Amino acid sequence: MNKIVLGLILGGILGILDGLTSWFTPAVRSGIVGIVIGSTFKGIIAGILIGVFARKVNSLALGIVFGLAVGAFLAWIIAFIQHGYYFQIMLPGAMVGLIVGYATQKYGAASQPLRA
Amino acid sequence: MKFLPDQVIARLQTEMQTPDLSGTRYRALKLIGRGGMGAVWLAEDSILHRTVALKVLSAESSSAGLAARLMQEAIILARLEHPGIVPVHDAGTLPDGRIFYGMKYVEGQTLDRYIEPLSLRQRLQLLQRIAEPLAFAHSRGIIHRDLKPGNVMVGAFGEVLIMDWGLAKIMAATSEDHARVQAEEDSASQHSPGKPLKEESSIAGATVHGTVLGTPGYMAPEQERGDVKLIDHRTDVFGLGSILKYMMRDDRSDAHSELAPRPLRAICNKAMAAEMSARYASVQDMAADIGKYLDDMPVSAYRENIIERTVRLVNRNRVAVVLVLAYLLMRTLFILFSRH
Repeated sequence: MNKIVLGLILGGILGILDGLTSWFTPAVRSGIVGIVIGSTFKGIIAGILIGVFARKVNSLALGIVFGLAVGAFLAWIIAFIQHGYYFQIMLPGAMVGLIVGYATQKYGAASQPLRA
Repeated sequence: MKFLPDQVIARLQTEMQTPDLSGTRYRALKLIGRGGMGAVWLAEDSILHRTVALKVLSAESSSAGLAARLMQEAIILARLEHPGIVPVHDAGTLPDGRIFYGMKYVEGQTLDRYIEPLSLRQRLQLLQRIAEPLAFAHSRGIIHRDLKPGNVMVGAFGEVLIMDWGLAKIMAATSEDHARVQAEEDSASQHSPGKPLKEESSIAGATVHGTVLGTPGYMAPEQERGDVKLIDHRTDVFGLGSILKYMMRDDRSDAHSELAPRPLRAICNKAMAAEMSARYASVQDMAADIGKYLDDMPVSAYRENIIERTVRLVNRNRVAVVLVLAYLLMRTLFILFSRH
């Protein structure tokens, strides 16, 4: 599986899980559908960006750092829109980015060179 | 009556054994080793100005059969041009009538000494490299038949070479080979059929059925029985398995280590199966399984249970597992704190 597809799938799955865990926060439970959709979308975007980075840069350390940064940034945007829960949104978001960054570097298939 | 001192006697014996290299391009330097068929001498090649090893039939072993076998060994080595097989440079007859052949002088250690300080992983990587020249020899229709740690040298730069092809057998690959081998076996069977003996009894390079050739402790069952017609490349698979068993042994007690991992023991047991059909089909298959073991992948010789498979997957993906567990732990803590 290539790195972009891996990032997309993994980001999406983790995004869904991330969104579902908001059910345990009673204050936001009523808007869970929107949260899950938004979280999934955020995860997919993050996964694609991290996958593209992994394709260009073959470095586990940089991939992890980039994933962390992208995950945290996208999570910050969501938290900004929500006007709150910065810590509860950004920390898991950064961790998801970290995991996707690691996975795309370690497990994603490198792009095949074009044959003449 | 005066008796000669022991040192003088020893010196005289050495002088008697020293090959007569007059008229050849070689000058004997020192005796390197002695085997059943002959002796190996370190010599200097006066034309190319390099040291070589000369294997010379010993004076007391100079029968027509052994001379033919030594020449056969040289011919086999000449057929096998591979970095892992000691190359032969020259062959012929010395002025004193003894057969000889010249080969590369390998400076290094035999496998049994070389592996002593190595970890199991390093030993297994070495074993994979031993399989390569063996596979090449098998592709050329040649079986070694005497694989053991003492017949593998590791050179000064880590190069692995398989030595001592004195018991090697040419499998009939073509119809011409088949006719030649059959003619030799027919001729040999007229002499001493079914008599268990060492290499001295072989005639014109052909092994008489019933002859036991090999080293005790490393011989395949078909070799121990003298079942010459059954011997094929799987005999060398057994030999490679015996080297693996040697590598896995507990250095402190010389016993086969029961602490060796189960997949590795399974690989060894499969290679050393008494039934030839139960062994690996080739040395490459065995080397591939060793490679899988080194890569933490499942090996064909061992069926993992669910726990072993899970442990192996976790070990292979340790970082990913830790990250996922950290994420789940963090999520769990958030849930618990949000409830309070």
